Amino acid sequence: MTTTQNATKKVRPNLNERIADLPLPIKVVLWIIFALFLFALPLLNIPFITTPDSDFGGVLFTVSTYVLVALGLNIVVGYAGLLDLGYVGFYAVGAYTVGVLSSQHGSLPWLWCVPIAILVAMASGVILGAPTLRVRGDYLAIVTLGFGEIVRLTLINSEWLGGAQGISEIPRPPGIELFEVPSIDWSTGVPVVDLGTTTTFLKFGISDFIPYYWLALVVIALVLVFDILVKNSRVGRAWEATREDEDAAELMGVPTFRFKLLAFALGAAIGGLSGAMFAGKSGFINPQSFELLLSILFLAAVVVGGQGNRWGVILGAIVVSYFPERFREFADFRVLVFGLALMLLAIFRPQGLLPPRRTLRAKRADARQHVLEEGEAGA
Amino acid sequence: MPEPTNPEPVGAEPTPPSTAAERPATPATAPVDEVTEINPDVDIAPEDIGVPVVAEGERLLEVDTVTLRFGGVVALNEVSFHINKGEILGLIGPNGAGKTTCFNVMTGVYQPTSGEVRYLGKPLGKRHKYQITKLGIARTFQNIRLFANMTALENVLVGVDAHHSTGVVTAMFRLPKHRREEEQGRARAMELLEFMGLAGKADELARNLPYGDQRRLEIARALATSPQLLCLDEPAAGFNPAEKAKLMELIRTIRDQGYTVLLIEHDMKLVMGVTDRIVVLEFGRKIAEGTPAEIRDNPAVIAAYLGVDEEDAS
Repeated sequence: MTTTQNATKKVRPNLNERIADLPLPIKVVLWIIFALFLFALPLLNIPFITTPDSDFGGVLFTVSTYVLVALGLNIVVGYAGLLDLGYVGFYAVGAYTVGVLSSQHGSLPWLWCVPIAILVAMASGVILGAPTLRVRGDYLAIVTLGFGEIVRLTLINSEWLGGAQGISEIPRPPGIELFEVPSIDWSTGVPVVDLGTTTTFLKFGISDFIPYYWLALVVIALVLVFDILVKNSRVGRAWEATREDEDAAELMGVPTFRFKLLAFALGAAIGGLSGAMFAGKSGFINPQSFELLLSILFLAAVVVGGQGNRWGVILGAIVVSYFPERFREFADFRVLVFGLALMLLAIFRPQGLLPPRRTLRAKRADARQHVLEEGEAGA
Repeated sequence: MPEPTNPEPVGAEPTPPSTAAERPATPATAPVDEVTEINPDVDIAPEDIGVPVVAEGERLLEVDTVTLRFGGVVALNEVSFHINKGEILGLIGPNGAGKTTCFNVMTGVYQPTSGEVRYLGKPLGKRHKYQITKLGIARTFQNIRLFANMTALENVLVGVDAHHSTGVVTAMFRLPKHRREEEQGRARAMELLEFMGLAGKADELARNLPYGDQRRLEIARALATSPQLLCLDEPAAGFNPAEKAKLMELIRTIRDQGYTVLLIEHDMKLVMGVTDRIVVLEFGRKIAEGTPAEIRDNPAVIAAYLGVDEEDAS
């Protein structure tokens, strides 16, 4: 019977579990190889993966910004279950904090601005969250949607913040020029080391965006470690309990409001950090960089990937930001394809591409049950 | 195909997400007809949670002329009773008598319109729900409200966490406090699961547990907060007689381990069999209070349950 086959297939350990079962040294080596591959990715110029119409280093930086944002939004939406439609607001707050302090009204170096940007974004999260986190579900979504728009309109209308022209001449991250890294050339069909096209380690220039991507990778790794440590503690449990049943959580001793505010503040801080990275890379920001559509895309990254699973939302962010860049030649159909893809996803993977383990576990339990029942029927 | 026998009413299960439309009624890990046995010998005595411990038989909680109005509806009308340390008090009454409302007043869900609830001699006042839990009043729910997508162990851990204080910084740097609380918490949670006979299902999602196990898990989660007073809201709902008998055992064992129990229950046999004293509510008023024997012969109670006219009853 087909159901039996399906069921037995599902019970078998998946790739994830097989990796988890490997001995520790092998896992460490695999991780190092994987990390090296990620760092080398823009230099390898692998055919089909590399974007033909835009600078691959720049695209990779954009993708990593989305990944960072998705990780932050995942804390708010995935862990704590708070629907935030105005996340771009925090992204803007981070970017503008850097812009104001380093160029518009000050001359602080970029590196000094980043922690300030994180703190300001965090504070804006608390200021937005304190009055609004008392409302739930749809209401919260609408309030946050409003917040995102208010931030953008404030930026357009405030001369102090540069108005519609925005802020330019934002300083770049400090670099140390140590050595040149060659890239790989595939134009002859076989990979050849190309000593003509090199990237300086570590020079944050205006034409070569690869070092920004490297910086973003390091930041993502740090945020990931933070995410894992915090999620895997009392804090993470409190978020999940709040998401599952807020009243029951409160009656079990979870100060739900405090934890929701915490999720909001941490999410905002990571959003602000992404904004600061963006400002440092582009050197120029204006209100058009923080459209409502961006909030929707950020949320799409989280939902597409599988809210609540950090690896899922990373995949989601890559999907949402990379494919439109890769297939630029079909730019006219981008929105159409995107819409179709979302619909297909909703039908076939409603929990996202990589759903959180809890959903998988539930599915496996179902599968086992099917096996049991089928076995009974056969006997 | 033989129908798998299914001891629990499906309707009483918490609604699973829509994706599981074809979810079988008996969850995966429950071989058919298995009844989970508790391990009464596991020590689950309440931990010290920093509130004064009253002596056996002293007043733990007093409900003092509490009235609660919702607009024109009087849900509770000058209700007064008290609970002594170490006893099992039954709170009974026909549907809509105000039993659960009474629970809600005691756990801070509602503020009484007048009157007050005193716990350990002090009024509860306008404390938040979670603060009241921290003071040592824990409850279960009439319709199960577990954290469905968390494992059994995680559910209980949330309860244990009520007295923990690990925050972001402590967790981020894995400070000693985090490790200590995590270790202690896990040990206590596993003890509670073992006590309930659920240790083997610690890593199952709560929503995949059989109905009876879900009920027990809810009690374990409430016990995890080390309450001075455990309030059980119809814990036997949907149980068959055998399961009810087991539940009576369980409630007695919990009391013997050092807890005070307030029990809302419809099943007269269960209430009469397990409680030390009973308070009867009807239409938001207390109509009787006494030992099970007294209540059994009380004409007002009989009238309330059998629907005899007021004049006949008095």
